Amino acid sequence: MTLQDRTRDVIEASITSNKDKPGALLPILHGIQDNIGYIPPEAVPVIASELNLSRAEVHGVISFYHYFRETPPGKHTLQICQAESCQAMGSAALTEHAKALLHIDFHQTTGDQAVSLEPVYCLGNCACSPAIMLDDEVYGRVTPTQLAQLIDQARKGQ
Amino acid sequence: MRIKIYVPRDSSAISLGANRVASAISAEAEKRGISIDLIRNGSRGMFWLETLVEVATPQGRVAYGPVNPEDVAGLFESDFLNGATHPLHLGLTDDIPFLKKQERLTFARVGITDPVSLTDYVAHAGYRGLKRALGLSGADIVKEVTDSGLRGRGGAAFPTGIKWNTVLNTAADQKYIVCNADEGDSGTYSDRMIMEDDPFVLIEGMTIAGIAVGATQGYIYLRSEYPHALQALNEAIDVAVANNYLGTDILGSGKTFHLEVRRGAGAYVCGEETSLLESLEGKRGIVRFKPPLPAIEGLFGKPTIINNVISLASVPIILDKGSAFYRDYGMGRSRGTLPIQLAGNLKHCGLVEKAFGVTLRELLYDYGGGSASGRPIRAVQVGGPLGAFLPESQFDTPLDYEAFAALWAVLGHGGIVAFDDTVNMAKMARYAMEFCAIESCGKCTPCRIGSTRGVEVVDKIIAGTDHAVNVQLLRDLSDTMLNGSLCALGGMTPYPVLSALNHFPEDFGLNNKQQAA
Repeated sequence: MTLQDRTRDVIEASITSNKDKPGALLPILHGIQDNIGYIPPEAVPVIASELNLSRAEVHGVISFYHYFRETPPGKHTLQICQAESCQAMGSAALTEHAKALLHIDFHQTTGDQAVSLEPVYCLGNCACSPAIMLDDEVYGRVTPTQLAQLIDQARKGQ
Repeated sequence: MRIKIYVPRDSSAISLGANRVASAISAEAEKRGISIDLIRNGSRGMFWLETLVEVATPQGRVAYGPVNPEDVAGLFESDFLNGATHPLHLGLTDDIPFLKKQERLTFARVGITDPVSLTDYVAHAGYRGLKRALGLSGADIVKEVTDSGLRGRGGAAFPTGIKWNTVLNTAADQKYIVCNADEGDSGTYSDRMIMEDDPFVLIEGMTIAGIAVGATQGYIYLRSEYPHALQALNEAIDVAVANNYLGTDILGSGKTFHLEVRRGAGAYVCGEETSLLESLEGKRGIVRFKPPLPAIEGLFGKPTIINNVISLASVPIILDKGSAFYRDYGMGRSRGTLPIQLAGNLKHCGLVEKAFGVTLRELLYDYGGGSASGRPIRAVQVGGPLGAFLPESQFDTPLDYEAFAALWAVLGHGGIVAFDDTVNMAKMARYAMEFCAIESCGKCTPCRIGSTRGVEVVDKIIAGTDHAVNVQLLRDLSDTMLNGSLCALGGMTPYPVLSALNHFPEDFGLNNKQQAA
């Protein structure tokens, strides 16, 4: 199966399983991003047609929400909490450390497509600040050394 | 008899290695040929002790913590299975002072039970509220909630019973119960704990709400940052459906209530109720004008109860024990208990459920143990990113909605973030404006433009450019945002900004004399 075929199948499957729900658009978008990591541009006209919306309306929803992305992420996504509780425990230094290790800024992906770096505003782990999320796993009281280890492991494991 | 060992599945515990500790315990027990029951409970909310491992003994549950995987062999060696002493031994869990002094009503089961075990839930007084509610009229259920004095725990503190009564008395072919689980405020995690550690109590609360007002469909709008909560809620909903606690003809009563979890997508503003409803309808999370109130025209234009997780999760105990039981806790017009979340630079961060009236100082020092860094606590922010900063001189304020309002501060969702004396309050004010700019939905000008201009003005103040003029400009801008914004995002961003400026003028390059002028 080619990549395009798989993408098309994912889009169609998400539309089919969600389109009869009231307020179906967000569940459809989640279904696509859960499977392929982002919302490819070719999904927009298909969704618009199935939900009887304009392309602009679908695009408007995708672009409104920070979580939805329109470009493929790296193999791993590293989110570093920027909110107050983590600031009180040194998240600014941790963020700079991550940027230096990865040689990228927020909203960017490393050249080898291994890691995307994103800010996040609260992971609900405020009792264990500073907190980060690597893919679906949350880590608390993260030290610069631990962050470097996690990035290293993620890169090796790809 | 097989020994019961408890290792939390709460995501904060997992973030400190609880899953690895659980695996290590299983492996070590197998190696030694000991058969154990490993129960993945919720967290007790003492996060400096996570991973907290408990062992059931005839005297009660004995705690060990913080346990790392490499401690496990030593624990077995020291006979922790019989509650024996060890350097990590903490004694009986219930006797740990942090827990013992609390008044846990909404959090009664959290950390004690297996979150997704219906048997455990029912054995610990679960579903008694629903069973009683099924024998009452809708009006009587609403009356219990009204009489309890429960006010919205999301932050706005609007009386829950009054909201419910409006929905009850609005005729419609379809009504909805929506749970606002978009817990985006920094320093708050009580919603997350309820959903991960006792999801049935939220499901029960929503079911009671549905039966009270005649709503047959509920939605939990859950933020995308909470994958563990999603997992726990969906597991619990499946169990509830399979056991006839959700669906059609609930427990043979003829009543129907369906429940579905919907995920948000990283927009802070969707914690605002009308923006959340737009998002649930599949649209951009743009704030609506009020009126009409959601209670009259809410989700898909139908009457809708929209409540925070903690508000809904407090309903089962109110129905079980009666409104008077709940109302007897608290002070003034703040009735019942508040799950308080200690966060930021504190030695003992965790969940403290107490009746209203406990002071900030007690929370920061008696419970929180002072700062984690050992430096003086200089400021605390209460109520999330839209809450005011309080200086040390205000630490004796009791947690009470009216007492905080009198200081031009808010209790919000009960999150307390402590900062030590290395904090720069001008930078915090800048961050508040920046956060508002990032998260503004864009509908109203004071919030959309005001926040961006706010960042620039604070930058000029920090740089010392036209200092006096820009300080005045920041005040004027805050006034416009405060009075001209459509919702609390733009309308309350001035709280952290102006409280930082008023209480910590020295960080803005002002001395107290200039400040007074």
